[in-house]
Amino acid sequence: MKLIYPGYDVLSKRHSQSWDEPTRQVIDARLAIGGAPRFLNEAQWQTLDAVCQRILPQPIDRPPVPLAALVDNKLLNDRGDGYRDARLPPLRQAWQLGLTALDAEAQALDGRGFTGLTAAQQDALLSAMQRNELKHSVWKSMPCVVFFSHRLIHDITSAYYAHPTAWSEIGFGGPANPRGYVRMGPDSRDPWEPMAAKPGAQRKAEKRNRHVG
Amino acid sequence: MSDDYLTDALRNPRGRDGRAPDVFRRGGWVPMREYPDDELVDFVIVGTGAGGGPLACRLAEAGFSVVAFDAGAWWRPLEEFASDEAHQEKLFWTGERLCDGDNPLKLGTNNSGRAVGGSTVHFAMVSLRFRPEWFKSRTLLGYGLDWPLDWQDMWRYYTEVEQALKISGPVRYPWGPKRPRYPYRQHEVNAPGLALARACEAMGIAWAPTPLATVSAPREHSPPCVYRGFCVTGCATNAKQSGLITWIPWAVKAGAEIRDLAMVGRIETGEDGLASGVHYHREGEWRFQRARNVVVAGYAIETPRLLLNSANSRYPDGLANSSGLVGKNLMVHTNQAVWGTLEEEVRWYKGPPSLSLSEHWNYEDSGKDFFGGYAFMSQGPLPAAWAGAQTGNHGLWGQALVDEMQKYNHQVGLKIVGETLPQERNCVTLADERDEFGLPVARVTWSECDNDRRLVNHAVDFMRRGLEGIDARDIWAEADGTAHLMGTARMGSDPATSVVNADCRSWDIPNLWICDGSVFPTSGGVNPSETIQAIALRTANRIRELARRGEL
Ligand SMILES: Cc1cc2nc3c(=O)[nH]c(=O)nc-3n(C[C@H](O)[C@H](O)[C@H](O)COP(=O)(O)OP(=O)(O)OC[C@H]3O[C@@H](n4cnc5c(N)ncnc54)[C@H](O)[C@@H]3O)c2cc1C
Ligand code: SF4
Repeated sequence: MKLIYPGYDVLSKRHSQSWDEPTRQVIDARLAIGGAPRFLNEAQWQTLDAVCQRILPQPIDRPPVPLAALVDNKLLNDRGDGYRDARLPPLRQAWQLGLTALDAEAQALDGRGFTGLTAAQQDALLSAMQRNELKHSVWKSMPCVVFFSHRLIHDITSAYYAHPTAWSEIGFGGPANPRGYVRMGPDSRDPWEPMAAKPGAQRKAEKRNRHVG
Repeated sequence: MSDDYLTDALRNPRGRDGRAPDVFRRGGWVPMREYPDDELVDFVIVGTGAGGGPLACRLAEAGFSVVAFDAGAWWRPLEEFASDEAHQEKLFWTGERLCDGDNPLKLGTNNSGRAVGGSTVHFAMVSLRFRPEWFKSRTLLGYGLDWPLDWQDMWRYYTEVEQALKISGPVRYPWGPKRPRYPYRQHEVNAPGLALARACEAMGIAWAPTPLATVSAPREHSPPCVYRGFCVTGCATNAKQSGLITWIPWAVKAGAEIRDLAMVGRIETGEDGLASGVHYHREGEWRFQRARNVVVAGYAIETPRLLLNSANSRYPDGLANSSGLVGKNLMVHTNQAVWGTLEEEVRWYKGPPSLSLSEHWNYEDSGKDFFGGYAFMSQGPLPAAWAGAQTGNHGLWGQALVDEMQKYNHQVGLKIVGETLPQERNCVTLADERDEFGLPVARVTWSECDNDRRLVNHAVDFMRRGLEGIDARDIWAEADGTAHLMGTARMGSDPATSVVNADCRSWDIPNLWICDGSVFPTSGGVNPSETIQAIALRTANRIRELARRGEL
């Protein structure tokens, strides 16, 4: 993927005036999450990991955001959202049921389970889920489209965009206390914000972005 | 984990042992008066947000003994608020609530808080007055129903709130009757705010810098806003004039006791049918605080939940519910948006999220095929919130989502605060599921009506043309947003059709009061907190007056 903000790493601001101690603690704790599942079983975990790769494909030339582990961590801590569409069971149950049903659905397709499908087949299955077309009996009490929009894409994308790697990718300034920002108007960048690469000026942006902070 | 201290306030109550946290000094404390459970205090207040906070403050200043309870934590913003969306979810009401109806609400981050200071700790600070006619919308505008309040009276209380919170706003506000100058100068309008201004100019309507409850110049313990843009996750600098750093410290200073991490589960009534106190859960046990008066200020879901949960043999349908309207007529604001990208860099994460607005369609009555009004505002969602918009009705995932998110720094948006009509079928009831205190959780039912839909269609069409007028590309409309909660214990002039009177006093039980967003009979097209605070100040004045006349 071509980087819009080449060389920008929001973590390089960690010791700048834009980060305070609470923020450092919180981000450190998030970056420490990874590795094996602590809540889901092995089969569910494998399915989740494959789903994450389809919902949020990541470039191969950088360490991936451990999405499955972040979702598993949310489940481990049973961190609810403060509301639940009444058609869904509680958080943990919804994910366990949903992943198992998705896998069973894939089994029915060609006997190999979700992880055994090609990327195109996986996408087709996820699209069918989004269109509310899956047939497994689980979806009778939990409409698959509701699971898809409230749990599946919601939990995976919010984990991704809570990660510094994603902030760097989209050119978000990141944490901003105590310094905040000074230049507020259009096309105005504070020196502690990333610079977008103009066509032909990749190197210039990269140089600036290495010294952001 | 080393970040444990950041959530200590969720585990250990801080308002105790005769002291309260000093929100302005790291590790500091201030003395706080305390009352024993068996002392008959003048007022127990349940909830310390936009309604409960100012009321606790003014009643304590008037010399009443006051104990205010909040289920949430007592935060120290300078030490415990991270610049982080996910971590700061600790400010929200994340207990379970079930949502159904044709348009099940998305609550959580978007709707209500649980903290000393209530939802004002994470609100977006937009501080607006109701259009005067809305207080008589049935008589003057032909829809909804009339409030028992007089707009000129309210105008005075609005001014009092704006002075107390040092609202920063423009010298001249383009809509409605004359109002005094805002105490602090307006904030600089950021790039997304200027995009709104250009869109309004393209459409030939007025716009204004948004009056905001964050200071534009130093104030006593508050430094000016540094435009860090994390306002809806809590302000770490204390520039934001939330209840946590205004009404609450003033209340404590005036002699009120605030009990944090104290969940009120039931209001007790005595043999005389009057409220006698509250059962509350704190530090692992249920306790009972005696009181001469009980005020419920838990916001439009928790307030009816508590009143319904307090049903007893004398009041089998819940307290203050002879009209049958407790929990009914839940209103939200529709919160639809139109989004697009600009050629220029916008970087909308800088500054408070809504630095400019237009109230044109609140004050213009012609050219509408619906009742009610809406304001629209410039936007600046942080990354996770923005991704949430993309995965909602836009339904993006996979590479399409990744690509769309890459436009983050060029994105602009206009979002409405749209009036919805009161409907009895929209309600808060008790579900079978129970929370960690063993209390039934709330079931929240909401469906839009045709009028709500027509308003949204009008707004989306208008805002779309606005964005086209400034050459935005890739324009799309977010269809399912809602915000704010109102109306589940409405005020009125007739006990048969309302729960409380103009003084927020319940018709059925004269020493039971309700003072928060739930008393709104109609929702209006502006964010509610300034009106809630104005009503609280009025209620405090009325209580003082009634006490003086021996009518309390
Ligand atoms: C993200 C966001 C942005 C917003 N932005 C704006 C804005 O810009 N402008 C605006 O005007 N409004 C805004 N609002 C709305 C505004 O914050 C609320 O309308 C207002 O705070 C409601 O006031 P309240 O007193 O009714 O309830 P709250 O302020 O929510 O206070 C209720 C308190 O009661 C406590 N409580 C409830 N039940 C119990 C119980 N049983 N026992 C003990 N304690 C209990 C809760 O913990 C809570 O702290 C925003 C809201 C959100 C969520
Ligand atoms: S932008 Fe201003 S009000 Fe918002 S969090 Fe920052 S300092 Fe506070």
